[in-house]
Amino acid sequence: MVKIHERKFVSSDPDKCVGCQVCEYICSLTKDKAFNPLKSRIRVVRINQLVNLAVTCRLCEDPPCVAACPRDALTQSEETGLINVDEDKCNGCGWCIEACDYGAIMLHPENKVVYVCDLCKDQGEPQCVKWCPEEALDLVTSDVLAQKARITAVKKLFQQAVKEASKSS
Amino acid sequence: MYGYAGRVLHIDLTTGKTNVEPLNEEYAKKYIGGIGLGMRLWLDYSKPGVEPFSPENPLIVATGPISGTVWPTGGNGHAFVSKSPQSYGVGESKAHGSFGTELKRAGYDAVIFKGKAEKPVYVWIDDDSVQLLDASHLMGKSPADTEDAIREELGDYYIRVAAIGLAGEKLSRIACIINDKTRAAGRTGLGAVMGSKNLKAIAVRGTRDIVVAKPDEFMEYVKEFHERMKGPATQKYRTLGTPENVLVHNALNCMPTRNYNNASFEGAEKVSGENLNERFVAKIIGCSSCAMRCEHMCVVAEGPYKNTMTRMEYETLWALGPYCGVDRLDAIIKGMELSNYYGIDAISAGVIAGFAMDCYEKGILTQKELDGIDARFGNHEAMVQLVEKIGKREGIGDILAEGAKNAGEKIGRGAEKLAQHIKGVEVTGYDLRCLKTAALGFAVSFRGADHNRHGAYAFDVKGKVNRLVAEKGRGKMVRGMEDSYTLIDSFIVCKFSRGTYYKELDDMAKLYSLVTGFEMTPDELKLAGERINNVGRLFNIREGLGRKDDTLPYKVMHLPIPDEGPSKGAYVTQAELDLLLDDYYEARGWTKEGVPTVEKLKELGMDDLIYIVEKKTDAEE
Repeated sequence: MVKIHERKFVSSDPDKCVGCQVCEYICSLTKDKAFNPLKSRIRVVRINQLVNLAVTCRLCEDPPCVAACPRDALTQSEETGLINVDEDKCNGCGWCIEACDYGAIMLHPENKVVYVCDLCKDQGEPQCVKWCPEEALDLVTSDVLAQKARITAVKKLFQQAVKEASKSS
Repeated sequence: MYGYAGRVLHIDLTTGKTNVEPLNEEYAKKYIGGIGLGMRLWLDYSKPGVEPFSPENPLIVATGPISGTVWPTGGNGHAFVSKSPQSYGVGESKAHGSFGTELKRAGYDAVIFKGKAEKPVYVWIDDDSVQLLDASHLMGKSPADTEDAIREELGDYYIRVAAIGLAGEKLSRIACIINDKTRAAGRTGLGAVMGSKNLKAIAVRGTRDIVVAKPDEFMEYVKEFHERMKGPATQKYRTLGTPENVLVHNALNCMPTRNYNNASFEGAEKVSGENLNERFVAKIIGCSSCAMRCEHMCVVAEGPYKNTMTRMEYETLWALGPYCGVDRLDAIIKGMELSNYYGIDAISAGVIAGFAMDCYEKGILTQKELDGIDARFGNHEAMVQLVEKIGKREGIGDILAEGAKNAGEKIGRGAEKLAQHIKGVEVTGYDLRCLKTAALGFAVSFRGADHNRHGAYAFDVKGKVNRLVAEKGRGKMVRGMEDSYTLIDSFIVCKFSRGTYYKELDDMAKLYSLVTGFEMTPDELKLAGERINNVGRLFNIREGLGRKDDTLPYKVMHLPIPDEGPSKGAYVTQAELDLLLDDYYEARGWTKEGVPTVEKLKELGMDDLIYIVEKKTDAEE
């Protein structure tokens, strides 16, 4: 089993995300062959114009969506951490939707079963990451996420010094 | 149909009845969408001479064939079209964001509103379900607050809303229609047309798929344009944004300052795009499907205008700043926020505030008549107070909300000469005295004073022509730019992306064909651009406008630029204007009175509209 430390998921950088929804269009095109953000497995949230962030499945350890499913339709891949939906078992009851803290699992508007990010396993790489025009999306482990956050925090703390360093280089 | 939804929704606000008709495929190919389709539909569903505030004046909102796709900047636009309460001719204005894409997904290329609701309502378009809901509790609310309230009460946070503010409710002639909180269909007063119908807001939720005719080739093309958008063609919009113009225009002495008393501003450095970005821009955000992103969100964190937040562009910055002699960015940001709050076009609001200040300094309006406001040029508090008065139609604001032209006539005593407008629409941030190609573009623009109908200022500002001279040949240049701009507004793509269409018509024709599956050649598309400009002209002619209205503001023709520098002494004489107009009409194949000929309309396949010009051209002969 892949340890949680090595598990990769799609993360959005709030400093870079501009809320353009390109990820939503690309996701629905990849999975449903149509432009329709309602069928996207990644969703953009914009709050008060200034806060923009794309949100999708974080491949949690002991995922609450799996635990919540009364029909055992959801399972987590031991190998990748991905949430698998058994579409024959799922009846769209929505317990998993309620259980997810991120709103990352949703009821499909037409198929009446839930759907969730699978990192585009058929395409080999997440298409939203590939297409994001702002390079705000990344496929990362939580460790890399922490590294990035630390670097950003330090850069902010030493803004002036970083500016001067980049000028002289 | 691919790209197009194939449906037009009719809503009669008087009876509450709605019906859906198929989109006329011939119109789609000939007029594309957006303003082209909107103007053509308006002619079909209105009677000549209709009053702008009459229930019989249709208000149309149209998307384009690209709306709803991932095409960079193309997925998200919508256009409002109606008869303008400012010009009494074409009223049209576009906005981007995410409203247009939602409307397309709800399954409509256009929605046509007619009639007048008995009480204030908002319309709730939920795919095929269309309802008129009570809006009495929303009256007086800002467009942004209206959006939040509607989402809350309908219980869906992804509903998109286009709404008017208090100004639209009170029929201010500079009222706009705002979606996504900060995106305005700003010009020509269409918010007041919406208000006259007792229509507070349009709320949309669309769940349908958008499918293009050739998805694989289309996505290849999208990829190419994503790359182009990272290049030099869009750099300005991605970095400093349009406020970069402040220092550029100032250096050329072509930035109208203090209501056209000057053409350069000593405070330009203080209100520059550079300064704005350094001190106030907190975040740059993008519209739905855009790969460029340009929306510079500005936040004031301290001082008297603390906790103000708004989007900012050159035109509005210029109008509320240099045009009023104001050199404080925080006050300008406040003026912009108030404009959005009340739902008024901030360009017009700033120009009218500058006009009022000019009246005050020339002794035409007293401090008492101005409700105690010390409306000196440069008084930032006065600017903010005037915008607020205009937004609320309170005191002097009641007269000013009628627009500069009407306010000038009402005040009298020479005020009419201080009102800088064309066809009743307030000027924008290009000093037409020293930009003579732009002057022609502004004079003939079918929606009144505006830079966005032609972009002809580019020839002048970039030094491709001698900007101080009026000469033959400018007509053809303006014509070409107009034809391209009407296509941009009909597709609808964003004007900020225009530079990414390296082979303009070829690129746009390819895009149209890939999306719709209708094979469109560059030549056919060129003709469509020309056709849409002609339909705009026919709209105006049918409503009684003509050569006499293709004119320039008083000061542009009578007050030479006094500032020392490259533009000193420049202005436009009647003879120069006549020369430019003659040249332009000739380039368009119109009569000397600016009326499209029957032959021209036949050439453009517009036989069904010949009735508009028949009498006019006869009379000339």
